[in-house]
Amino acid sequence: MSADTKPLLEVCGLCVSYGKVEALHQAGIRVGAGQIVTVIGPNGAGKTTLLSAIMGLLPSRGEIVFDGEPQPHPDVEYLVTRGMALVPEKRELFGEMSVEDNLVLGAFQRYRRGERDYRDTLREVYALFPRLEERRTQAAGTLSGGERQMLAVGRALMGKPRLLMLDEPSLGLAPLIVREIFRIIASLRERGVSILLVEQNARAALQVADYGYVLEMGEVTMQGPAHELATDARVIEAYLGLGRHQERLAP
Amino acid sequence: MDSSIALILTQDGIVNGAVYVLLALALVLVFTVTRIIFIPQGEFVAFSALTLAMLENGRFPGTVWLVLAGGLAVCAMEAGALVARHDWRYRARVLGWNLVYPFALWALASLVDWRGAGQLARIAFTLALVVPLGPMMFRVFFQPIASAPVLVLLIVAVAVHVALVGLGLWMFGAEGYRTLPLWDENFLVGPLRIPGQAIWVVGASLALIVLLAQFFSRTIYGKALRATAVNRNGARLMGISPNLAGRLTLMLAAAIGAISGILVSPITTIYYDTGFLIGLKGFVAAIIGGLAAYPAAAAGALLVGLLESFSSFWASAYKEVIVFTLIIPVLFWRSLRTHHVEEEEE
Repeated sequence: MSADTKPLLEVCGLCVSYGKVEALHQAGIRVGAGQIVTVIGPNGAGKTTLLSAIMGLLPSRGEIVFDGEPQPHPDVEYLVTRGMALVPEKRELFGEMSVEDNLVLGAFQRYRRGERDYRDTLREVYALFPRLEERRTQAAGTLSGGERQMLAVGRALMGKPRLLMLDEPSLGLAPLIVREIFRIIASLRERGVSILLVEQNARAALQVADYGYVLEMGEVTMQGPAHELATDARVIEAYLGLGRHQERLAP
Repeated sequence: MDSSIALILTQDGIVNGAVYVLLALALVLVFTVTRIIFIPQGEFVAFSALTLAMLENGRFPGTVWLVLAGGLAVCAMEAGALVARHDWRYRARVLGWNLVYPFALWALASLVDWRGAGQLARIAFTLALVVPLGPMMFRVFFQPIASAPVLVLLIVAVAVHVALVGLGLWMFGAEGYRTLPLWDENFLVGPLRIPGQAIWVVGASLALIVLLAQFFSRTIYGKALRATAVNRNGARLMGISPNLAGRLTLMLAAAIGAISGILVSPITTIYYDTGFLIGLKGFVAAIIGGLAAYPAAAAGALLVGLLESFSSFWASAYKEVIVFTLIIPVLFWRSLRTHHVEEEEE
């Protein structure tokens, strides 16, 4: 990351504990405006915990500065109004409600503040995900896995976020759909949305990202420009190639 | 029993059932959005009926003191939260609704001659007094424990109910009241004598149901409440705060309760503690809907109304017993059905 880009999100010394177990220890990351930053790491490294803590869903200690404003008590509803959005791993859609209602609710916080242009935003999101327009009257719970992910991302975009945090967007999806999702993530950057991407699919994540962090056992163990990480011997062995690490994981 | 008696009983049952429908809908709404089994729902019915009665008799409605006290409590709690979090964003709104508004009501209650005012003006003022009690109740009693288990919320709801019944006795006295009917005429249809008030009750209930359905299917705020009921975490991520949803829900519940009270008080004598029994019948209906399904709850409410009126004819001493006994087969049926659903999911 070039030093002159003003960070949109800056996290310093973030600690999260579940009881006595520390899930995140002194984690620090920066996301510059207009950047795609990825956090890769094995299962249980604390990636989801990191996003939840930044979003104010989990109590944490440490410093979080969003858009120049320190957040001593991160509060979900307030951060949403400031332009932060999280697409969680579980998607958290409103299953019994229609696709269109799900999307419209993505604009709730803007509507509440008096920005009543959600119909225009809806058209933009439909242009990005034509599949959602085809299915707009269907209940969200009846969608396929890929469509659900599109709906979750589309719903987040309805709030016109400046920072979009995606938790495992490729999880459980067919390879073709994964490619489609990553194409859309890359295209979001052109709209000026910064992205913090948490992924186990390290290869795809490092391809699309500008900068990357490796999170292991709740600590940031490596960081650097994404193309450098992608060629780093340790990263290749642990996360990209079929090194010893993966052989050990395989039953 | 001949057919004309059956018709009269049916008419009675439908009129009472219409009010139970409203209360059942309010209970399902509150439970799905906030997980509170809302025992104090009936208090809104009694308080609005008695407030209206006080205004008709030219007496000062004690509800004003309750709104003032509630507003002050909310202000104190918000001040604590504001100081702790250095968060002053909502101070104007908090002070406006919880300090300025109650004092304005107090001034209106003292200055205006409500006995001389029209019935519609009295009804409007009654609603203005009773409806804000809903969001205040949420802020003071339920918001601090919003994520507690259902059982804890239920216990607090029972405590709030008991406290409110006591306050009701203090505010309105032990005497029962009937308010003036909105429509004094009677209509003869065959063997039936239909009082204008009965038409009002059924018509207003239907209108309110249609209005609520429109609210939930067409407006963003209505959708936001449904979203909170379907997926609380997802709703929070959209910036729909559970606190906002809770306040809005209890405001709707209070409004529905208050309107029900205004509708029934010309046909039933209301005492300070009548609300509980009326609310409980709405609750039986809501249970028939599994505290989740609106149409089933509405059908259940009509069933409760009819059962009540027919049992008052056949075994009037046991009419409440018969209505409340209905809950046992319903729970049995529901538990069998729920088990079945779980099997299907596996």
